Amino acid sequence: MSSFWSVWISVLSLVVIAGCFLLLRACSKNTTGVKEGESMGHSFDGIEELNNPLPKWWSYMFYITIVFGLIYLALFPGLGNYKGLLGWTSSNQSIGTEQGIKADSAAAIELAAKEGRYVQYDQEVKHADEKYGPIFAAYLATPLEELVKNPEALKVGGRLFLQNCAQCHGSDARGSKGFPNLTDSDWLYGGELATIKTTIMSGRHGMMPPKGGLPIDDSEIAGLAEYVVKLSGREHDETLAAQGQGSFMKGCFACHGMDAKGNKFMGAPNLTDDVWLYGGSRGVIEETIKHGRAGVMPAWKDVLGEEKVHVITAYVYSLSNK
Amino acid sequence: MKFNHEIVEKNIGLLAIFTVIAISFGSLVEITPLIFQKDTTEPVEGLIPYTALQIEGRDLYVREGCSNCHSQMIRPLRAETERYGHYSVAGESVWDHPFLWGSKRTGPDLARVGGRYSDKWHEVHLMDPRAVVPQSNMPGFPWLAENKLDGELTGAKMTILRNMHKGGYKGNDLYTDEEVAGAQKAVAGKTELEALIAYLQSLGHALK
Repeated sequence: MSSFWSVWISVLSLVVIAGCFLLLRACSKNTTGVKEGESMGHSFDGIEELNNPLPKWWSYMFYITIVFGLIYLALFPGLGNYKGLLGWTSSNQSIGTEQGIKADSAAAIELAAKEGRYVQYDQEVKHADEKYGPIFAAYLATPLEELVKNPEALKVGGRLFLQNCAQCHGSDARGSKGFPNLTDSDWLYGGELATIKTTIMSGRHGMMPPKGGLPIDDSEIAGLAEYVVKLSGREHDETLAAQGQGSFMKGCFACHGMDAKGNKFMGAPNLTDDVWLYGGSRGVIEETIKHGRAGVMPAWKDVLGEEKVHVITAYVYSLSNK
Repeated sequence: MKFNHEIVEKNIGLLAIFTVIAISFGSLVEITPLIFQKDTTEPVEGLIPYTALQIEGRDLYVREGCSNCHSQMIRPLRAETERYGHYSVAGESVWDHPFLWGSKRTGPDLARVGGRYSDKWHEVHLMDPRAVVPQSNMPGFPWLAENKLDGELTGAKMTILRNMHKGGYKGNDLYTDEEVAGAQKAVAGKTELEALIAYLQSLGHALK
C-alpha cells in the first residue's frame, strides 16, 4: 500500500473515532437551557418530552467501544501499513505467484518471523503438518502391499475417498453410468496397486472415437451391437451377430483384442464379461458405437499430493480385494 | 449559534445528508483505497482471460443464480483449504464484473472446481444431480442442454471487458481484435450446458 493511502486510512479512522468521542461528550452536556428532568416544553397527544440525559449504561458502552477500537487498532493491522503490535495477519493475501504458495509453510513462517509477522493460516498449517505429517509420511514409506493390511490407513483412505472421489464413483464406490464401479474386480486399466496409483495420480483419458474411427457404415451398427451382445454371452440373433463379427474384424480388435477381452494398456474394455460402464442394452451399445465414448478421470497429483493418493490407492484396492 | 438538536430533528433532508456523510466515512476508509491497490487491481500470475464460451457460461452462472448456493471464495482456514484448495486471493477476481464470491454455501465452494471433475460428470450432474450424487439437494438444470447460444452479444461483452482492462493481461489487452471478431462463431450453436461447463472448468487454475 502506498504511503498516501496508508495515511488516508489512518487519519480518517482516527479522526472518526475522535469525532465519535467529541460528539458523545457534546451530547452528554445539557445545552438546552432546560433543567434535567423538566419538560422540554412541547407535547404530542398528551405525551410530553422531558429533558432526560443519555442513559449512563449507554454512554459507558459507547466509551468502551471507543477504547476497544483503539486497543484493537494498536494490536492488529488496521491502520494502513501499520502491522500492529502483535504482527498478526490471517493470511498472505498478496501471494500472487504459484511459487510463493508452493513454498513450504516452514519457510513462509520463518520469513514472517523475520519480518515480525505472525500469519495465522501458516501457523494452522504448520500445526497440522506437525500432527499429521509424520502419519502420512509413514504411510507413504509403507509399500502399498503392506498398507492394504493396515485398517487405520484404510479408514483414512475411506474418508479421503468420500471427500474427493465419491462425487463420481459414489459413496459406496459402486459408480454409476459412465463412472466405473470400483468394488467389482473388473478394471479398465488394471487393478494392480501400482496401476491404481498411476490412475489416481495422473488421471485417465478414455478414447473410443465414433465407430472406433473405422470405415463402418451406420447400417452395420445393429449387427455390431448384436455381436457385442453375443460376446457377453447373452441370447442373440446368430445371423446378425455373424454380420457384426465381420464389421468387428474391420479394426475393433485393434483395441478390444482379437478375443475381445480388451486391452488394459489402452483402457479398452473387455467385451466378453457382462460388466458395462455405460449400459449393456442393445440401444446403449449402438449409441456407444455410433458416438464413441470419452470417459475422463481427472489427475489428483496436484490436488491431493502423493501421500494422500497413496492411502486412497490402498483403500480402493481393498474394495475389491477383501 | 447555539448547538441545537432541534435543527437536525426537524429537517429530514438535513438529517439524511448528515447520515450519508457519517456512513460515507466507512466507505472512504474501507473501499476507496482498494480501488488503487495492486493486490486488488492486478491479476495474479497465471490468470487467463475467459474465452468467448466461458464468458457466456459465466453469464449463465449469473442467470441461473448459482451464487445463491455456491460461493467462490475459499477462506484462509486450513479446514477449507484441505477441502477446496488454496485460499482465494483478490488478484484472481480482477476481471470479474461483478465478482461471484457469494455469501452462502448450500452447495460446496466452486472457486477451484475447474478440472476436479470431467466434463461428462458436469453434464450428468447439471441435468440431474442425483444421478451421480444421490444425497444432493441441488435442482437439475435440464433446459441448459436444450437452449442454444447465438453469440450475438459475445463479442460486445469481450470488448467491454477489454476496454475496462486496457493492457491488463501481461501488458497486452485481454482479447485481440480477431478473438472479438471470432467470438460469435466460437459460441454460436453451442448449448448453454457446454458454455456453463466450460466456465466451471476454467475456475481456480491460477493458484492451486
